[in-house]
Amino acid sequence: MISAPDVVAFTREEELEDDLYREPPLPEEYSVPLFPFAGQGANPWAKVAGSKFTRDFILISEFSEQVGPQPLLTIPDDAKVSGTFDLNYFSLRIMSVDYQASFVGHPPGSAYPKLNFVEDSKVVLGDSKEGAFAYVHHLTLYDLEARGFVRPFCMAYISADEHKIMQQFQELSTEFSKASECLKTGNRKAFANELEKKLKDLDYTRTVLHSETEQQKKANDKGYYTTQAIEKANELASVEKSIIEHQDLLRQIRSYPYRKLKDSEFHPYEPECALDRADDQDPTASNPAEPGETHLYTHVPSYTPKLIKAKSAKCFDKKLKTLEELCDVYFFSQTLDQLHHIERTFRGDVCYLLTEQISRALLKQQSVTNFLFEDVSFLDEKPPEKQYRGCQGLGQDVVDEKCLEESLGPKVVISLGSYKSSVECVPIKMEQEMEDSEEPKMSESVTSEQQENLDYLDADIKGSISSGESIEVLGTEKSGSGLTKSESQASLPVSASPQAGRSKAGSRRTVSEDSIEVLSTCPSESLIPEDFKASYPSAINEEPYADDDEGGLRFAPRLNPGVHDGQDDVSKQESLVQVDAACCIGKESPSFPEPLGELGQKACEEDGVVRIPPQPYRPQEQGLRGGFPSQPDGLSGGLLPCELDPRYLTGGREVSKSSLDECSDSTSYISSAASTCSDRTPSPARGGCAAGDRHRKRAGQNALRFIRQYPFAHPAIYSLLSGRTLVVLGEDEAMVKKLVTALSIFVPNCGAYAKPVKHWVTSALHLVDFQKWKLIGLQRAVSPAGVNALHALSRYSRYLSVLDADSKTLRCPLYKGTVVARLADHRTQIKRGSTYYMHVQSILTQLCSKAFLFTFCHHLHLPISEREPEESVVSRRMNFLKLQLGLANEDVKIVQYLAELLKLHYIQEPGQGGSPLLRFDYVPSFLYKI
Amino acid sequence: KSSVQTIGEEQIQNPYTELLVLKGHQDIVRFLVQIDDCRFASAGDDGIIFLWNAQTGEKLCELHGHTHKITAIAPFSSSDVTEEKTDLIITASADRTVIVWDCTSGRRVQKVSCFHSTVKCLTVLQRLNVWLSGGSDLCVWNRKLDLLCKTSHLTDAGISALVELPKNCVAAAAGKELIIFRLIASNNGSEGWSILEVKHLVDHQDNISSLVSVNDLTFVTGSHVGELIVWDALDWTKQASECNFWDSSVHPDVQPEIKLCQSPHETSVQHLTSDEECVFAAVGKGIYVYNLQMKRVIACQRTAHDSSVLHIEKLPNRQLISCSEDGSVRIWELRERQQLPAEPIPTGFFNMWGFGRANKQANQAAKKMQENTPMYFLELVGDLIGHSSAVQMFLYFGELGLATCSADHLIILWKDGERESSLRSLTLFKKLAQNGDMQLKL
Repeated sequence: MISAPDVVAFTREEELEDDLYREPPLPEEYSVPLFPFAGQGANPWAKVAGSKFTRDFILISEFSEQVGPQPLLTIPDDAKVSGTFDLNYFSLRIMSVDYQASFVGHPPGSAYPKLNFVEDSKVVLGDSKEGAFAYVHHLTLYDLEARGFVRPFCMAYISADEHKIMQQFQELSTEFSKASECLKTGNRKAFANELEKKLKDLDYTRTVLHSETEQQKKANDKGYYTTQAIEKANELASVEKSIIEHQDLLRQIRSYPYRKLKDSEFHPYEPECALDRADDQDPTASNPAEPGETHLYTHVPSYTPKLIKAKSAKCFDKKLKTLEELCDVYFFSQTLDQLHHIERTFRGDVCYLLTEQISRALLKQQSVTNFLFEDVSFLDEKPPEKQYRGCQGLGQDVVDEKCLEESLGPKVVISLGSYKSSVECVPIKMEQEMEDSEEPKMSESVTSEQQENLDYLDADIKGSISSGESIEVLGTEKSGSGLTKSESQASLPVSASPQAGRSKAGSRRTVSEDSIEVLSTCPSESLIPEDFKASYPSAINEEPYADDDEGGLRFAPRLNPGVHDGQDDVSKQESLVQVDAACCIGKESPSFPEPLGELGQKACEEDGVVRIPPQPYRPQEQGLRGGFPSQPDGLSGGLLPCELDPRYLTGGREVSKSSLDECSDSTSYISSAASTCSDRTPSPARGGCAAGDRHRKRAGQNALRFIRQYPFAHPAIYSLLSGRTLVVLGEDEAMVKKLVTALSIFVPNCGAYAKPVKHWVTSALHLVDFQKWKLIGLQRAVSPAGVNALHALSRYSRYLSVLDADSKTLRCPLYKGTVVARLADHRTQIKRGSTYYMHVQSILTQLCSKAFLFTFCHHLHLPISEREPEESVVSRRMNFLKLQLGLANEDVKIVQYLAELLKLHYIQEPGQGGSPLLRFDYVPSFLYKI
Repeated sequence: KSSVQTIGEEQIQNPYTELLVLKGHQDIVRFLVQIDDCRFASAGDDGIIFLWNAQTGEKLCELHGHTHKITAIAPFSSSDVTEEKTDLIITASADRTVIVWDCTSGRRVQKVSCFHSTVKCLTVLQRLNVWLSGGSDLCVWNRKLDLLCKTSHLTDAGISALVELPKNCVAAAAGKELIIFRLIASNNGSEGWSILEVKHLVDHQDNISSLVSVNDLTFVTGSHVGELIVWDALDWTKQASECNFWDSSVHPDVQPEIKLCQSPHETSVQHLTSDEECVFAAVGKGIYVYNLQMKRVIACQRTAHDSSVLHIEKLPNRQLISCSEDGSVRIWELRERQQLPAEPIPTGFFNMWGFGRANKQANQAAKKMQENTPMYFLELVGDLIGHSSAVQMFLYFGELGLATCSADHLIILWKDGERESSLRSLTLFKKLAQNGDMQLKL
C-alpha cells in the first residue's frame, strides 16, 4: 500500500491498453531515431556493452576434477536467458573464488580420513568484460568416488545490476543458504547410503579374500608363504583398513550435528523427513537381491555386495555422479524449487525490490489497520533480518572453541551510522597462463596484495580490481571468520592487530585500460570522482587513494573474552592442518575443521555486508550512489524510469505465459507481447508472492478497464467499500471472473483471513455466504438451479448489489460521495495496471487512516461527561466525519464500515475467530444501465 | 398480484441492521426459550439443545441426550430464596423421555422415561413449585422429578396445550375439548398433590390449536377452523367468541380463485398472544387484533405474510412481530387511524357474533360500534429477511435484539447495529486501557 505511486506514475506507459488509448504512430520522418545499438529487445538504459544475457539468472557450476569448472544448469532453464553469455568462462571465474575450506584427508593425530562439515562461502564478484555481477555461493558435497571425497559446487545469482547484488546481498544469502542446506542434507543422506553399500562390498570382499587365503594355506604344504599368499594377506589387510576407514566416515557423516534449522518455514530437508524416507525404503530393502545389480547409488531396493578390486579405478576412468545422483532426487527437486523461487523473488529492478521492502517494513508497523487492504499472506512473512537474528541466537548454542576462534578477526566498526565500506582489492589467483597474459603491473598487484588479502579478507572487504581478465570480488561473507587462511599461509602469524588492519583498510583500486569499474557502495567515494575520471585514460596505473579516515572500514580489536583462547585454538588448528595432496582439492582453499556458519553471531556482526541491510531507509545515500559519476552507463542505483517499469522489462515469453492465466485479459497482452521491450526481467516479485504480484497487476489492469467501460463503476465500488456484498452475475465464467478479479482490489478484508472474494459460484446463495464473501461471481443458468439462484438474489436483494455482466446493469444503492470518484476516475491518465493498483492502494490508505482516526478518537464514541446525552455524541461523531475528515454523503458510510472492521479486528481475542457479522442498511437500490 | 403488503428497502423504523447467524442445529429448529437476561436455549428436530449467549451469539452449551426430536421445552428457574439460584430447563422428546438440564453446567440433572406416549407440552407452575407434563395423560411432578400424581388415560389425541389458571387450576386442550383440572393438596403430606378433572368444555368445532392466558380473569383459545373463544378463567364460561376469520364469502374484495383454494389450514389459529387489552391472533396468513373490552377485532392484516403465520408476539412499544412459513419476520405497528377513511371498512370482515349462528342485529350493532370508536390499523414498519425456510419461532430480547429460528437449521440473531457499534467502541477503549495503549488516544 505504501508504495511510491507518484514515482512510478511517471514511468513509461504500458502497451497493455486498448487500442483506443494508443496513440497513432508518428510518421517516420518525425520519429526519434532509435538507440543506435539497440537490437530487438534492447533498451537504451541497459548497460549496453555489458550484459550479454537478457535477464537475471541462476547458474550452478561444478569444479569437476576431470574437466575443471563447468556449468551444470541455469535457472530459468532457457537458452535465451543466458544468450551469448559465456557460461563456461563465467563458471571458471566463479569457481575460482571459492573461499570455503573444503578439506578431507588424514589429519595428523587421526588415523582415519576426516570429514569436515564445511561452511558455505558467499562471495560477490563482478566481471567487467561480461557485464555480469554475481552473488556466488559455494558449497561442497561429498562423493565417495571423488577425489578427497568432495565435489565443490557453486550456485551463482547473476545479474547485470551490481547494485542489486550488493543491496540484496543478505536476502540472497539467506535464500541461497536454504537451497544449499537442502542440497547438503540430501547429499549427506546419499553419501551415507553410498558408504553403507561400500561397506557391504568391503565386507564381502574380505570374506572372499579370507576364504581364499585359507584355501591357499591349506593347499600350501611347503612351510613357507608364497608370494601369492603374501599378496593376498596384504590385500586382506588393506581391505580391513579400508573397512575401518569407511566405518569411521559413516560415523562422521551420521554424527552431523542437526541443528535446529533457523527458518521454520523452510523444512523440505528436515532430518526426520530424511529418516522417514529411509524408513520407507526399508521394507523393500529386505527383498531378495537382484543379481547383476552394479550401480551403487541408484535407488534400488536391494543391493548385492560385490567384490572390490584391490586397485581402484583411475580417477578419469569413471563417470562422476551427477548432481541429482549426489543428492537425493527429492532434495534435488526441492532445491530446484527453491532456486526457482529465488529467481522469481529477485526478478526485476532493484528499486522495486527495495520499494517492496520499505513498504513492507512500514506496513508491519501498522498492525491496527494493515489487514484491511493488504495482502495478508505477505504480512505473515518474517523479514529475513529477523531470521538471521534468530539464527544468531541459535548459533550461540553451538558456539564452541572454533567459533571463538573466528572472533579473532578484526572488527568492522561502522562509524556514524552511515554505511561505509572501503574498497579493497581482493585479487584472485587464477590459472597461471591467465596471469601471464596480464600486464606485469597486474601480477604485481596480485602478489603485493596477496598479503593484505590474507589478513583482511575477514573484514568483509569490498574490493575491486578491474582489468579485462580480472575478477572483482566485492565482498565475502566468509571473510568475517578470520579463518580464511590458506594452507600455504599457515605458518604466518595470525595478525589480530588492528593497526595492521587499519593501514590497509583504505580504498584501493586498480584500473586497467580494458575496463573501468568502480564497485563501491561507499558514499564517501563519490567525493572524489574527478580524480577518478582523470585517471580514466591512462587507467593502467594503480591508483590507491586510500583514505581510511573517511573511507569506510575501520578495524578495531574485538573486545571478546575468548580472544586468547581462540588464538590458541587457531594455532592448534593450524597444526592439525595437514594437506594430503591426493585428498585435498584446491590448495588455495583454506581449511575449516568444523562447520562455522550458523554459529557465531560475532561472525555475522563483523561482517559489514551482512550486518548492514541494504539500507532501504536511507534514500539519500542511494541518491548519492546513484549520482556516482563514474558510471555513465547507468549502473547506478538511481531510479531510472525504464527500470522501474516491470512491464517494460517484460520479455515476450513471460507475457505470453501470463496471458494463459484464466483471469487475465488476454487481449490486453497482445500488444505488449509484440512490443520491443525486454531488458532482462519480467515483473519483480517479493517474498514468494510472485503470483500475488501478477494478480495485482492483472487486477489493476482489469479494474482500469472496468472503470472505463462501466459508467456505474462508482456505485459498484462504493458497495464494496461499504461492505455490501456485490454479486457479479453472468453466463460466461471467464468474463465474470475477470470482473471479480478487477473489483477484488476494492474489497476490504474482514480479518486476517483471505480476501472475502469468491470468484465463481453456481449454486443459490444464502445469507451465510454474504457474511463470508463480499464479492461473489455467480453463474447465470437456465437450469432450475439457476432459477433458484436468481430467486435467492431477489430475496436477499437488500444485502446485495448485483452487477449483471450480461446485460450490463447494476442494481445498488445510490452513491454521491467524492472518494470513489478519486479512486476510480474514468478519465484517469494512468494506463498501467500496476500503477493503477498503487493509486488505488494509496487512496485506500488514506481511507484507512481516516477510519483509524475515527475509530480511536475516544470522545467520538463515548460521552465526555456522564450526563452527556447520546444525541450530542452522535452529532459530534457526524461532525467529525463530515468536517474534520471531510467526508461527503456516502463516504461517511465507507469510513464507518472500515471503522467497524477495525474495531472488530482489535477487540477480537486472538484465539477465537471473528464472529461472522453481517451489517447492512435499509437503503433503496437503483438500477443503473449503460 | 400479491395482496401481501410489502415495504420497500428503506425501513427507517427497523432497528435491526446487524445480524449474526448461529449455526449448530442439523435439523429444523422449532423452539427458543429464554433462560435469563442474556441466555436462551434452542431445540428442534435433531434432539439437541443448544444454549446461546444472546449478546455475543456465542454457543455456550450443547446438550445431548434425546434420541428423537424435541416436542416441548420449558425453563424452570427456582425462585426459592433458600436454595441458590439454578436455572433448569425441562425438555420432552418424541423418544418418550423428559430430561431436566442444568443450564449453568450443561449437566443432565435427571431423566424420566416412564411415559407411555410422547409428552407434547410442559408447563411449570412456579407458584406451586411443580411442573406438569401433558401427553395422553397429565402428570404432575415436583422439582426433584418425583411423580406427584397423574390422571388416567385421557384421549388418544393427547393434551396439546396447557395453561395455568387461577385457584390451582389448569386448562388443557385435548383435541376439540378443553378440560379444566384442579390440583388439590392432599392432607397427609406437604408434597402430596392430587389432580381432579373439573370440567369439560366442548364448544370448539375443531381441534384446539392454541391456548393462552390473558390475565387472571380471562383466557383465550383458538381452533383449527378459526374459532376464537374468550373464556372466564374463574367459572370457565364463554365470554365472547369470534369464528368467521375464515369466512371469505363476506369479503367483497376476495377473488373467487382464492376462495377455491381456501383450506382449513389457512384459517387455523396458529398462535395467540395478548397484552392487557387485546388478543393478537395469527390466523392463517393474517394477523388479527381482538380487543377484549370492545369484544371485536379492531385491526387486522388479512394477508400479513405469503404463508401461514407461525408465531406472533407483542412488543412493549405497540409493535407486533410475526414470523411465517414464508421465511420472513415482519414488524408491525398498531396505529390509530387519524380520521375515518374515505372508503368505509368492509364491515363484513369481522363481525361480532354471539353464540351460535350469525345474527343480523348483532351485526348491525357491531357496525355502529365500529363507527363510534377509533380505528386502528397495522402498519408494516419493517421486515427481516434472512432465513431460507419457514421461521418457526422467535424470541424478543429487548435491547439485545431478536432471535429467530427456522426450518433451515439456522438461528439468526438480529441486532441494532447502532447499539452494537457503540458497544464495540466501549469494548475497544476498555481493551486499549487494559493493554496500556491509551497513549494512542491522545
